[in-house]
Amino acid sequence: MSKRYAMVIDLRRCVGCQTCTAACKSANATPPGVQWRRVLDIESGKFPDVSRTFLPVACMHCANPPCMHVCPTTATKQREDGLVTIDYDICIGCSNCIMACPYDARSIEHDPRYAYGEPMKSEIARFDPERLSVATKCTFCKERIDLAAVTGQTPGLDPDVTPACVNSCISGAMHFGDVNDPDSNISMLLAETRHFRMHEELGTDPSVYYIWDGAKA
Amino acid sequence: MSEARKTGDRVLPRQQSNWDARAAANFICGGAGGGLLLATALASVHGEDLRPLVVVALALVGAGLLAVWFEIGRPWRALNVYLNAATSWMSREAMIAPFLFASGAAAVLFNWPLASWIAGLLGLLYLYCQARMLHANKGIPAWRHASCVGMMVATGVVEGAGLLCAGALYWPGLVAFGVLLAVLLAVRLLAWRKYLASLRSAGVPVGTSKALNALDVRFVWLGHAAPAVLGVVASLGGLPLLAVLAGVLAAATGAWFKYTLVCRAAFTQGFALPQTPSRGGNNAGPGVQPGWNRIQPE
Repeated sequence: MSKRYAMVIDLRRCVGCQTCTAACKSANATPPGVQWRRVLDIESGKFPDVSRTFLPVACMHCANPPCMHVCPTTATKQREDGLVTIDYDICIGCSNCIMACPYDARSIEHDPRYAYGEPMKSEIARFDPERLSVATKCTFCKERIDLAAVTGQTPGLDPDVTPACVNSCISGAMHFGDVNDPDSNISMLLAETRHFRMHEELGTDPSVYYIWDGAKA
Repeated sequence: MSEARKTGDRVLPRQQSNWDARAAANFICGGAGGGLLLATALASVHGEDLRPLVVVALALVGAGLLAVWFEIGRPWRALNVYLNAATSWMSREAMIAPFLFASGAAAVLFNWPLASWIAGLLGLLYLYCQARMLHANKGIPAWRHASCVGMMVATGVVEGAGLLCAGALYWPGLVAFGVLLAVLLAVRLLAWRKYLASLRSAGVPVGTSKALNALDVRFVWLGHAAPAVLGVVASLGGLPLLAVLAGVLAAATGAWFKYTLVCRAAFTQGFALPQTPSRGGNNAGPGVQPGWNRIQPE
């Protein structure tokens, strides 16, 4: 069976610090207003019985990705290891994939945007004109995943080949690995916890799992 | 926490902003043009030379495509749209367009009845592709219901019949199609009720229900009852001006519906928690889905 990379996020541990958001922006040089990863803050219940849940979200790298099916150009593709990718050279920026994604994971920027109006040296150095007017989203840091094939390291265990958000998580809430490998770190974690996937009822078969409780007693 | 912060966080469903009036224009003009090609083919058995209406239909489809060309981010790569006919309804729509224009042009230039029929059927197919394009977008709850397909197709066909009736201004014999328009309006009304019922049973974002509720009553009376009565009276009384009024009302309200569907009722899915997590000493709690409800009739 081929690999299927997936992310497991323990909602019991996430403290909403947004370090993963910052790590993603740093690793991927996304412009202001574009967040491939973000942490939502959901309030629930009624006073005095209220709670807050911090929910990290990004592209779910679905096994049945609606964005890929609607893409008229084949710019959105699915790799054998489950990663959903965008070819910036083919995309026409029609936004159909944005409409198809139930996770609000994609965005299109038509003009360059800089943090303080005028570009800083670092922004000039990392500016990528190929990303203008095309769809962009979280890649699961695919360059790092690809590096694993060269170095023989294991994504999810070795930081060099693990997504930046997972590496940065201060509370150990985020995990990454091969969900098709029953002995992988995330498979074992999923086996001993209760979890859900976002909007499973839509049939997208997402690759991000959210742990909400320990194993049944 | 402020409402602005919540909106920024995108927990709640938000009105999509990537497809604006230009995209809506493609659904409005393309649907009406496709419907008019079909209606013109059907009406051609009446014996009138309706080729100017075929020109109008092609111009509408062309205007819709031009509008969407202005919307896409990389317009000079537009031909890439043909690369995924295997699964993309946008590709399929684009693939039908040249054949639609070719058959329409043949019908106009050579007055071939067969070309007119082919253009009519391709017009219907074009309409169907547009409907399926919306339906395939799982991220927009107002579009993904199967009943949205029926509603979009019915609207396009009604718009075509409406524009055909509007042609009674130049071809008085077309008043006879006022009855057909009334029948098609009844079908669209049924499709509208079914569409709303499916949204009610499945639930939709609050913004979607508000936008559709705001449309409902006026859409039913101005968009269905009034043009249906006018169409029947025009047919029975042989009154071209009433037929024109009925046709314009039917087509304009169809455009109004599509604009609402694309630009006002198209809220994103938002996020939901089937369970809130156990944290600290607290047990897991019930799930939440912020920003969702069921449509309540006004």
